[in-house]
Amino acid sequence: MKNSILKTLTLAGVLVIGLSSCGNGGDKSTDQNAANDADKQILGAGSTFGNPIYTKMFSEYGKTSGIQTNYQSIGSGAGVKQLMNKLVDFGASDAFLSNKEDSACSAKVVEFPTCLGAVVISYNLPENPALKLTPEVLSDIFLKKITKWNDKKIAEVNEGVKLPDMDITVVHRSDGSGTTYIFTDYLSKVSDDFKSTVGKGKDVKWPEGEIGEKGNEGCAGFIKQTSGAIGYIELTYALQNNFTSASLKNAAGNFVTPTLESASLCANGDIPADTRISIVNSNVDQAYPISSFTWVLLYKEQNYNNRSKDKATNLVKELWWMIHEGQAQAKPLNYAPLPAKAVAAAEGVLKSVTYGGQPILQ
Amino acid sequence: MTPFDTRGLKRRRFKDKIFTSIVWGLTFSCLLVVFIILFYIFKKGIGSINWALFTQGPKPVGELGGGISNAIVGSLMVVVVAALFAIPMGVSVGIYLADNRGKKWAERVAIAVDVLQGIPSIVIGIVIYIWIVKPVGSFSSLSGSVALAIMMLPPIIKNTEETLVLIPNTLKEASLGLGASYFKTTMKILLPTGIGGIFGGCIIGIARITGEVAPLLFTAFGNPAMVKSIFKPVDTVPKVIFAYASSPYDDWRRIAWGGSLILVVFIILLNAIIKLFERKWKVQF
Amino acid sequence: MKNRWRILENKIFVRWLSISAILTMVLLLMFFLTLLVSSWPAIKANGFSFLWSKNWDPVNSHFGMLPFLIGTLITSFLALLISAPFSIAAALFLGEFYPKGVIPNIFRNVIDLLAAIPSVVYGFWGLYTIAPLISHLQQKMHLQASGLGIFTASIVLSIMLIPYSVSLIRQVISMTPTPLKEAAYALGSTRREVITKVIIPSNISGISAGFLLSLGRALGETMAVTILIGNAPELPHSIFSPSYTMASVIANEFTEAVDEIHTGSLIEIGLLLFVVTTIINLIGRLIIKRAIA
Repeated sequence: MKNSILKTLTLAGVLVIGLSSCGNGGDKSTDQNAANDADKQILGAGSTFGNPIYTKMFSEYGKTSGIQTNYQSIGSGAGVKQLMNKLVDFGASDAFLSNKEDSACSAKVVEFPTCLGAVVISYNLPENPALKLTPEVLSDIFLKKITKWNDKKIAEVNEGVKLPDMDITVVHRSDGSGTTYIFTDYLSKVSDDFKSTVGKGKDVKWPEGEIGEKGNEGCAGFIKQTSGAIGYIELTYALQNNFTSASLKNAAGNFVTPTLESASLCANGDIPADTRISIVNSNVDQAYPISSFTWVLLYKEQNYNNRSKDKATNLVKELWWMIHEGQAQAKPLNYAPLPAKAVAAAEGVLKSVTYGGQPILQ
Repeated sequence: MTPFDTRGLKRRRFKDKIFTSIVWGLTFSCLLVVFIILFYIFKKGIGSINWALFTQGPKPVGELGGGISNAIVGSLMVVVVAALFAIPMGVSVGIYLADNRGKKWAERVAIAVDVLQGIPSIVIGIVIYIWIVKPVGSFSSLSGSVALAIMMLPPIIKNTEETLVLIPNTLKEASLGLGASYFKTTMKILLPTGIGGIFGGCIIGIARITGEVAPLLFTAFGNPAMVKSIFKPVDTVPKVIFAYASSPYDDWRRIAWGGSLILVVFIILLNAIIKLFERKWKVQF
Repeated sequence: MKNRWRILENKIFVRWLSISAILTMVLLLMFFLTLLVSSWPAIKANGFSFLWSKNWDPVNSHFGMLPFLIGTLITSFLALLISAPFSIAAALFLGEFYPKGVIPNIFRNVIDLLAAIPSVVYGFWGLYTIAPLISHLQQKMHLQASGLGIFTASIVLSIMLIPYSVSLIRQVISMTPTPLKEAAYALGSTRREVITKVIIPSNISGISAGFLLSLGRALGETMAVTILIGNAPELPHSIFSPSYTMASVIANEFTEAVDEIHTGSLIEIGLLLFVVTTIINLIGRLIIKRAIA
């Protein structure tokens, strides 16, 4: 009896020592191999809008470089927050930093776009008719002023479409979301009513009676499961799940279906050096009006929290790869690759990242 | 209430029958619910159980296949480390409570243990985030283990206490009378005698924490890669279920069902072990 | 020499036992202090209106937790209400009708299996079984047919509560003094009369404590409710409305709250949850201990 206890205790002891030693290795440079391992592990978090392309990019990059990237799709708001807390190496967000967030950061944060995506209006209706929506109708639906699918206002723009006598179930994001930012940014531009009652932001106060779901994943999952639901999600999520998405009337007055091409038409303008630009509601003739860049954020000075220079270099090189070779992953996943001007601006941002005051990329 | 009023008696007997059938009916519906849930999980999960689920990590969005090997290893790691913290601590407190029954301080500690058991797991998550994650500057499986260890403590403490109290004092007095120290008596007489109950408490603790997500959301975080270090963020099976459950991808949902089945079967097995221990190793004198 | 070591060893051991016990209490105290200190900026900024303001608006830094408080209370009480008849019946079945034997033993183990299913799996299961049913029902009632909301969450939560309430109440009623029951039977009472007139009234405080402790569990339940409640930070109009609970708002927003007051407000909600569940547990255990002892 006593032997078995002693044995268990010894076993437990060995386990503790074993586990702590393989853990310690990561932090102490005495074990060179383990130190290299830690430098090759990069942690990023944020945007669920960009999750499909990021996980794909990082999986591809890992195959050639040996860098192991852990990307957690926790929402843009959370990505920014965890970067501020210095708990992740980079954050990802579909909204550039607001001035308030910028001033809340303890050190200078820089950001650059990685690709373009579109926010589409997906719904789940019997027989899935293709619907057209005007900005006014869209705004009224999300403000709960239109509550029935066969409402006169929806029927007016969709002549000949059989609309069911069902309540509209609006789903929006429950977490701080860049997708919400893009969508509300658009609606605030096209509808004064929306601007004054809801406004734009990553996390806004929606009218009562709407469902909140976490992440693009949660919203898309809800739409898929619920007849009568409507919500805004990233294009990829709609296409991968065979959702029907509404055509929207753009600023030029044309109804445009959301596609890769129609979304990328908005992005051909000039890009400021800090890459903070909103491209919703573009004037371009055939442009889909709700599209946006999605950004990656990191600290300009990478020497913080005892990070090694190797780690900082690995990070910046990986991000550099994302805006160049990595762009090949965009189209198959229904994101638009960055236009040349945006790549140039992003290069400028990455070149400005330093370690101990010295630029990391020469 | 007079026994000779046969009409009243009939009515009372009738009421009694109705009452009995309601009790039966409600009890059976409880059992039915258990079977419905387990059957549903089994039906949905069994199709997802394949070799890849255990051997592969997650695939990028849109690519089919993949598994939860990283999360299975992560879960084991988080739970084992939590147990290493909680078991020595819990058993010690249990011994203390058993030896000091009725004393003022022991009563207070016992109340604290009860309260500890009732704390919502999400609150434990917040506190560990503030204690460990933020000051250290990284999410880690270790911080998740600490949170789970706190959840594990109450069942271990209680079972240890209850088991040791059952051991007759004569046994202890005999050992002490032979000149063995209190330490030796505890280690060599009391703990071995009560090992069944103590072990049972540990398993109850493990069963309680294996399916937890809430305290891990802000501590163990997540990680698609296989992790070898307890200082890195890590995925666990229940966390993957949570992330995949409400997603639109059929393949992710499939994996989530597989994960649910693995988790439920594992915890049911643990429960079976507990029952076995209760029967075979119960302290009997 | 050896003897001295043995004495020392013994001393260290005894000391360690007391320390470990004290640590448990310190742990609890530290929990409270940590939550209090971390939420202090928010407590100061929000004031008392935090408790009854219904406006939760992180964008404009205005925080009121009434929607979560109401959502939590309604969901938990409704769950308790739904599960109560089942729990009492099963507890009577196992504690009074058939306290011993093979089949009741199997029954007890089967009901205990409900406690073996993790919260997140309950949520997942509810999303695919209960939510569509409720959605169907909502359509018939011409309501917004989301399937998610208070009622869905309560149903699943009620199932989760059953094993706890059953085992607590069973313990209480099996402690009814036999002479009391026998006296009632001897007077010619039927079993129903014994149960409704003797067993339940004489154990009413213990049974309520059992429900109180189950309520404590329901209040803090996070994952299943987060998946099923619909996450709408507003006052519900009916039991079919989407709502939000205290635990689920923490789960959803804690990782992303940017400014200090938002984080602090979430921790303040956690503090409240901690205080309430602590009080419930203290009262519940006190009554149960008296009832069983």
